[in-house]
Amino acid sequence: MSTRLASGGRLIDRKTTQKFTFNGTWLSGFSGDTLASALLANDQMLVGRSFKYHRPRGILASGPEEPNALVNLGRDDRLEPNQRTTTTPLFDGLQATSQNHWPSLEFDIGVVNNYAARFLPAGFYYKTFIHPRAAWKHLFEPVIRKSAGLGRAPKDRDADRYEQAYAFCDVLVVGGGIAGLQAALSAGRRGDRVILLEQAAHWGGRAPVDGDAVGGMAAGDWLTAALEELHALPNVTLRAACTATGVYDHGYVLAAESLADATPGDGRPRQRLWRIRAGRIVTATGAIERPLSFAGNDIPGVMLAAAMRDYVVNHAVSPGDRTVIVTNNDDAYRTALVLRDAGLAVPVILDARPAPAGPLVEAARARGIRIEAGRAIAKVQGGKRVTGVQICLQAGEGAVLEEISCDAVAMSGGWSPVVHLWSHCGGKLNWDDRLSAFLPDPARPPLNHDGRAMVTPAGAAAGIFEPDAILTSGEVAGADPDSLGEVQDELLARQSVVVPPVWVMPQGARADLRAKMWLDFQNDVKVSDVQLAAREGYESVEHTKRYTTLGMATDQGKLSNINGLAVLAQALGEDIPQVGTTTFRPPYTPVTLGTLAGEARGEIFQPLRRTPVHGWHESHGAYFEPVGLWRRPYCYPRSGESHADAVKREVLNTRAGLGLLDASTLGKIIVKGPDAGRFLDMLYTNMMSTLPVGKCRYGLMCNEQGFLSDDGVVARLDEDTWLCHTTSGGADRIHGWMEDWLQCEWWDWKVYTANLTEHYAQIAVVGPKARALLEKLGGMDVSKEALPFMAWSEGSLAGIPARAFRISFSGELSYEIAVPASQGLAFWEACLAAGAEFGISPYGTEALHVMRAEKGFIMIGDETDGTVTPLDLGLAWAVSKKKADFLGKRGMERNHLSSPDRWQLVGFETLDGSVIPDGAYILAEGSNDNGQRNVQGRVTSTYYSPTLKHGIAMGLLHHGPSRMGEVVEFNKTDGGTVKARVADPVFYDKTGEKQNV
Amino acid sequence: MLTLTCPCCGVTAEETELAPGYEAHLKRFGPGSTDAEFESYMFARKNPKGVHFERWRHAYGCGKWFLAARCTATLEVFGTYPAQTTEPPAAILDAIRARRPDWKA
Amino acid sequence: MSEPQSALGNPVFEGFATVREIGPIGMITLRATLSAPVLAKALAGVGLALPAQRRILRQGARAAGWMSSDELLILLPHSEVPEVLASLSKALQGEHHLLADISDARAVFRIEGVKAGQVLAKLCPVDLDRLEPGELRRSRAAQVACAFWAEDDGFTLISFRSVAGYVMGLLTHSAQTGSELYSA
Repeated sequence: MSTRLASGGRLIDRKTTQKFTFNGTWLSGFSGDTLASALLANDQMLVGRSFKYHRPRGILASGPEEPNALVNLGRDDRLEPNQRTTTTPLFDGLQATSQNHWPSLEFDIGVVNNYAARFLPAGFYYKTFIHPRAAWKHLFEPVIRKSAGLGRAPKDRDADRYEQAYAFCDVLVVGGGIAGLQAALSAGRRGDRVILLEQAAHWGGRAPVDGDAVGGMAAGDWLTAALEELHALPNVTLRAACTATGVYDHGYVLAAESLADATPGDGRPRQRLWRIRAGRIVTATGAIERPLSFAGNDIPGVMLAAAMRDYVVNHAVSPGDRTVIVTNNDDAYRTALVLRDAGLAVPVILDARPAPAGPLVEAARARGIRIEAGRAIAKVQGGKRVTGVQICLQAGEGAVLEEISCDAVAMSGGWSPVVHLWSHCGGKLNWDDRLSAFLPDPARPPLNHDGRAMVTPAGAAAGIFEPDAILTSGEVAGADPDSLGEVQDELLARQSVVVPPVWVMPQGARADLRAKMWLDFQNDVKVSDVQLAAREGYESVEHTKRYTTLGMATDQGKLSNINGLAVLAQALGEDIPQVGTTTFRPPYTPVTLGTLAGEARGEIFQPLRRTPVHGWHESHGAYFEPVGLWRRPYCYPRSGESHADAVKREVLNTRAGLGLLDASTLGKIIVKGPDAGRFLDMLYTNMMSTLPVGKCRYGLMCNEQGFLSDDGVVARLDEDTWLCHTTSGGADRIHGWMEDWLQCEWWDWKVYTANLTEHYAQIAVVGPKARALLEKLGGMDVSKEALPFMAWSEGSLAGIPARAFRISFSGELSYEIAVPASQGLAFWEACLAAGAEFGISPYGTEALHVMRAEKGFIMIGDETDGTVTPLDLGLAWAVSKKKADFLGKRGMERNHLSSPDRWQLVGFETLDGSVIPDGAYILAEGSNDNGQRNVQGRVTSTYYSPTLKHGIAMGLLHHGPSRMGEVVEFNKTDGGTVKARVADPVFYDKTGEKQNV
Repeated sequence: MLTLTCPCCGVTAEETELAPGYEAHLKRFGPGSTDAEFESYMFARKNPKGVHFERWRHAYGCGKWFLAARCTATLEVFGTYPAQTTEPPAAILDAIRARRPDWKA
Repeated sequence: MSEPQSALGNPVFEGFATVREIGPIGMITLRATLSAPVLAKALAGVGLALPAQRRILRQGARAAGWMSSDELLILLPHSEVPEVLASLSKALQGEHHLLADISDARAVFRIEGVKAGQVLAKLCPVDLDRLEPGELRRSRAAQVACAFWAEDDGFTLISFRSVAGYVMGLLTHSAQTGSELYSA
């Protein structure tokens, strides 16, 4: 049984007890525990069920590589699934529940999969759920979806806050073990700006647990001195509990910092995402111990050897009274010694090597520990926890020589350097035969913007495991990365660590044993699955990964990938480097979505753009619609009024009397200079240079392909200044478009532009009584004579400086009044107050749309979609035939665009008065090769016209203008059709009398 | 996420402060050009694995367009230069050749 | 004539730094050849001098900031805009230029206190430790364009007016007490 030892535990504070629940049961641990160590201290060996077979699973590791011990952490608005107990600090009140079982962890129905395992081989889903096709949607997918996934997805809105921050440094050191600390010291002493990150909450990495002397001192003393010096260096920033999750181009690194995970609700952000730009990066990320593949290696109580001594030394937790050690290297002997020092029994060390030797082996032997060379585990006995092991020869097939009872097994299959960050941006790896591991190849590093190495590995991450060699490698990585390759080769050659390959235990294991050897514990992938994949023809490691799901779980194969590809290589009869690794992709460990979203939630999810009148709209019940990032009133429903009724009322009120529209979102760009006219003639399809001062002209802009891009009214302000109105969504884009041509093509033309969109509030005063209102406001002459249609003038209205444009998008007498934004609300309110006697009422974008459609005015984005030319829309009158060149002219000349055989704009009146559905197509005879009905056009704008009291629409129809009066058929979403008569798109006031009064 | 130094304002900006403008040094073909010329201007784009000349705008900055010479495979930046030129300046070509001796313009 | 209103009505937030919307502040955009002798003269005529690349030069209540190689931003009391516009316009007659009142296109914020830089460090991809004295930096704050400079124990930050509420939200979120990035 696992229990708390009476003394020891370098990270725990026995004076501070912390109570927590696991599956509803109250347990207690100490401050400094992880959830994993606290569970072990409470003899909670069984912590979860495996993904596929629902096998009982215990804690395997002590760090972020843990595949089994994942829990749902917290509840309700702080519930988070798949949290690794090994990296979750214990806190008072923590609530955790185990995952992937029903009805309970102890008794789980799903374990039936375990007994049916031979019916669930690799690729089971691919092979099984192909036929019948119809069953996929209604039977297979729902069942698979229900059984997929480990933890429970939270349903409540996340209660926590998150944030992000930028940081810059010369050298970023990832990993706070002795290699990283030494690298930070050597770079810091040179005066470099250094950031040092450590994923754990404490510094020192493995050194304090492993106990070797560092730089001639006890590891703890060295650590204290190093940290003291680093804290004193003003150019070095240290950050613990901060995991570098990914390395990206040009020294960009993302790191997730835990702030309030263990103190939920303390008001601080729960986590912070650091966006670090580093001159270069040192990865001192250590190494991860590999499991050994023997039968029953997943039974609770089997643990990685180094993890076991972590729990003993760091948390004073004994995973078992009698622990069998099984290894292919010396390092696991440390665990035997630590267990013995803690007064625990180590009945035997099973060493797969024929002749283990060296100081650690000798130390164990000197302590009287039984060492069996060339031996292996044939099978672990036990169900929900280990009860014993069967011993066999490593060289054999698994014949049992002896059974030993024990309640824990510590295994070590060697160490895999953590090369993830090295590899994210293209760093290459070499296979090292002495270590049986992939190491970073210093000759093929990921490259920075200057073509130099961006990442430098140090310490165990570079395959260097002996403390003084680690110090040297850290020193060089921190100060002199260019000479690192050479130094590391020498350090590697000098070190005595050797790890012979032991990929399957015993090497000739029978099929029944191989079917119980777990490679990927989280996704339940066994040695037999990878071998099956190889037999079925999977040769690429990337394909095998996807077929077997090896390494595709939340741990991304930290423990399984090397073992898996070694088994694959063996099965294919190839060398490991030939098979290669799968691609290392960020993030190194999972990052919470909240952290990636940072501040972008709720009110500041995205920048909402508000006009100066926005507050008034809000307080007067406007119903808003998004227009780009703007929010514009769609309509202003009165109490009890539907949106459709409100729109109808707003249209009729405007046509009959007086309406007010907040048009502030319209783009307003000043174009000025001696070449401004010439420039605008290139930009617009029609002539702008000839526009007289004081006048307005509607213009179209096309892209170089000849397709419509934007439209708007241009006003000439003075001899060399024009004001270009753009669509609401187009202001920034068109301003950028202008600057692009001026900066990159016609850079010798004397033209300046300025985007003044937001400087002005623009209020449209619309309706037969518009003039009466402005006259009442007073300040400037707005008479027909002084300010005729398509003219503008400047002055003041209601005491506010104003520019009035006589333009109309509704067909009514209309003025658009531009006033400074800081007085926009005042002007709006002045209009409403003065307009009361004229029955003034604000109207929204939907009424605007209805009125412009009644007039047959096109709208960019409705009538256009990037494939429509001005000619398609009957706007030939606005395309100059005189100009030698303008943007889009050559594009329009292409034969397909100039062909008469295109869909062209017409109006439609439904025969039954109904409204054609948005997006409806106009049906043609017959069907295409796919059995779909042929079409001959589509609707682009469709509304109920309150003025005409029936449905009206505009749309593009094949040869449209020559088909006036013809009846065509539109499809409807309910499968039926609606008939409409082809008509002139100008439905209302065809001669334009009303706007020109 | 790459960084480029804007030759106009001198800021080394990160990619989020920049707007991409794709291939640089295109020659505009307008009215009177052949279909082949127009196609080359409008559609035929280089997609090299290696040295590439690109347009970038310092959009969240001084607002100016500039050009960059960059390796699309390693993201090495050979240099940035003002947009008001029809071909890469000699200094940029020298920088490229220093790093990619086999490169041909 | 009504009183000009700033975008938000000058709210204040006190966190580990103080965030305030200030203004309305007068602003003029001036585009011209910055090396033209007539420009320096025109600026001198309104009590200003030509700033170097990416610098802002304050002269009493007025300042001139370098926005781009052909663009200056002139800051001044809101009420002085017409007079300064007229003066510059007259002085630049005959020189190709563009002058425009953009006071109301912008919102202005102050972030104050010894940790003010930490608020910006959460929002702007800018190496603030390397910001030079008097440097006017244009960048982005989260998802919107901004410009800022250090001044009087804090920073002044300019954004577009329409997103003033968003920017105030960003600054408030980032200045929450307890969320300091560094202790000093």
